[in-house]
Amino acid sequence: MKASLFVTCVVDQFYPEIGESTVRVLRRLGVDVDFPAGQTCCGQPAFNSGFRSDAKPLARRFLDTFEDAEAVVVPSGSCTAMVRAFYPELFHDDPALAARVDAVAGKTFELTEFIVDVLGVTQLPKSSGAPKRSVTYHEGCHLRREIGVTTQPRALIETASGVELVEMEQAEVCCGFGGTFAVKYADISGAMLADKVRSVEATGADAVVSCDSTCLMQIGGGLEKQGMAARPLHVAQLLDEATA
Amino acid sequence: MDLKTRAFRKGAATAIADPVVQRNMQGLYDNFHKGRERAGDATPGWEGLRDRARAVKAHTVEHLDHYLDMAASNVEKAGGKVFFAEDAASATRYVLDLAEARGVRTVIKSKSMISEEMGLNGHLERAGIEPVETDLGEYLIQLRGETPYHIIAPAVHLSQDQVSDLLQEELGGPRYEHAEELTAAARAELRGKFIEADMGITGANFLVAETGTLVLVTNEGNGRMCTSMPRVHVAIMGMEKVVPSIEDMGMFLRLLIRSATGQRLSSYVTMVNGPRRGDDVDGPEEFHLVIVDNGRSKMLADPEMREALYCIRCGACLNACPVYRKVGGHSYGWVYSGPIGAVVSPILTNLPDAKDLPNASSLCGACREACPVRIDIPRMLLHLRSDLAEGGRHSGARRASPVEWLMMKAWRLTVGRPSMLRLASRLGRAVQKPLAKDGRLRSLPPPLSGWTRHRTFPTIASRSFRERWEEGVRDE
Repeated sequence: MKASLFVTCVVDQFYPEIGESTVRVLRRLGVDVDFPAGQTCCGQPAFNSGFRSDAKPLARRFLDTFEDAEAVVVPSGSCTAMVRAFYPELFHDDPALAARVDAVAGKTFELTEFIVDVLGVTQLPKSSGAPKRSVTYHEGCHLRREIGVTTQPRALIETASGVELVEMEQAEVCCGFGGTFAVKYADISGAMLADKVRSVEATGADAVVSCDSTCLMQIGGGLEKQGMAARPLHVAQLLDEATA
Repeated sequence: MDLKTRAFRKGAATAIADPVVQRNMQGLYDNFHKGRERAGDATPGWEGLRDRARAVKAHTVEHLDHYLDMAASNVEKAGGKVFFAEDAASATRYVLDLAEARGVRTVIKSKSMISEEMGLNGHLERAGIEPVETDLGEYLIQLRGETPYHIIAPAVHLSQDQVSDLLQEELGGPRYEHAEELTAAARAELRGKFIEADMGITGANFLVAETGTLVLVTNEGNGRMCTSMPRVHVAIMGMEKVVPSIEDMGMFLRLLIRSATGQRLSSYVTMVNGPRRGDDVDGPEEFHLVIVDNGRSKMLADPEMREALYCIRCGACLNACPVYRKVGGHSYGWVYSGPIGAVVSPILTNLPDAKDLPNASSLCGACREACPVRIDIPRMLLHLRSDLAEGGRHSGARRASPVEWLMMKAWRLTVGRPSMLRLASRLGRAVQKPLAKDGRLRSLPPPLSGWTRHRTFPTIASRSFRERWEEGVRDE
């Protein structure tokens, strides 16, 4: 099967290794991956801040770039949610664009959702060389509540070679990122983060896994600031390690 | 009620710094929020119930004039008087005129959020009438001169120690340490007020249109005392509280009570049909129903905001909200707090004065997940943000700050084309070089300084993914 990678601007610029892991995992599952060069950002920062006229050209660029894709795979629940849940809202008064949105949204998937629901894989190839890891899982808010992905990441993490999943308390509670919210209301966001850091630490896991690099930027940045031992790990990196 | 929505940030900082508040807010998650989840799980057909309730609310709001007419005429048939108040001031005027005409000296009140919109207690006091809140939590915050911290748990921010001090100071006598003794002390004081009061004022959880029945849900029985002991009973309600049929009550009571506290049923559900009739042994001589608009028409007129009128005021979105649990109830600066307050207060008051309310959210969606009638609060927050940023029905002109506007345009230019992104990326790598240590930025200047107060920030990668793709990942 062919799939086009929408790597997301954050992974592209800050965490290219997550993009590389995503490509490797998909290739090991027999997917023919391409990377359309016209992609930039889904437009969510502008949309969430209320600047819809600034989000629209980005959304149109996304549609232009991925219109012909067989499937679009995104290593982010939030950017997937932008396409599937918020593009329809953005273009609700423009029937022609709304129809294009429907078509593209219908074939855009978050990475673990794509692996489990589209490829039908719940058991990843086993690897004897995978490092032993104890991890806990943080649920991204948009992943859970905008696109309804809750079981797929856990299914993959639980069965990954060498991985033990220790659930944290309040795994479904927001880490406080929320895009520009984390900067505009940094102290409220920071207070939310402090709870999340405590929940992660209480598990004793050596890594906190999430499907969103932005949650991990927040949680990982908080863990590091407080000198905690646990490290952030994107689900693509975990699956990459576990299938190497 | 005084509008303090502009002081959101200050209130938030105070709450975050208060360990008692933070502990009690976490209690809302552990008790009410988890209790609601358990109660929902234990209720057969729970999700379908939510769908059906939403549909009934949507239908009622679409035909609000019809159901309000029906309700009013049935209340009048049962011997009640109905007054439609366009705003808080006219509702207050009606209550004050009535109290004066009947020679009222003491009013007992059962919990009512709309009376907070009216600032009713202050108006009564200035008219020489003593208002007494009879819900225990409301009684405590009345003594403290505060407004409710939470829709159903108005004094949730207080510790038992604070309550002990408060009641000792207010009632004299010994300092009680245990919840039972404290409750008994308040109860003894309130008992006298119930007996001497000339007027009872209640809110309304529901008003059933086809029967004209007022429905009140309480756990303390104070609502029933307010409706039955004084000579005059006045119920005040927002105009969205009407539901079509008595048959809807089974559904709405199940949803409201489970969503509010996780109980299957509250201790008291009171249904009132008009004043005392000829052969009744008790009940008030007069029943007045005040139906208040006070800005709700603005929500009704805006298709984007209309579903805020579906709210049954259970408070589940507050308990679910990680922002509310940090900033507490008073930060929101008006009657309603938490997620529903963040959409309702700006519309009922003035959006440009309440910019922080729709913006101070991570848009996590926990509110919608918890809402028994599935109100899409995140979508409405986004709508209000757009109204503020770009101008709209509720803001009038564009309200974005010049700095934010400029940053948004710069961002749009940067990510507008892959070539610009490459250029900005190179520029960023050069700028960050003197600031970075071990691939991290630990202290950034404003406006990013808030970020590094609580977290480190990653540096822009030396080779972006798109570069790595071109340089080899494509062909691996």
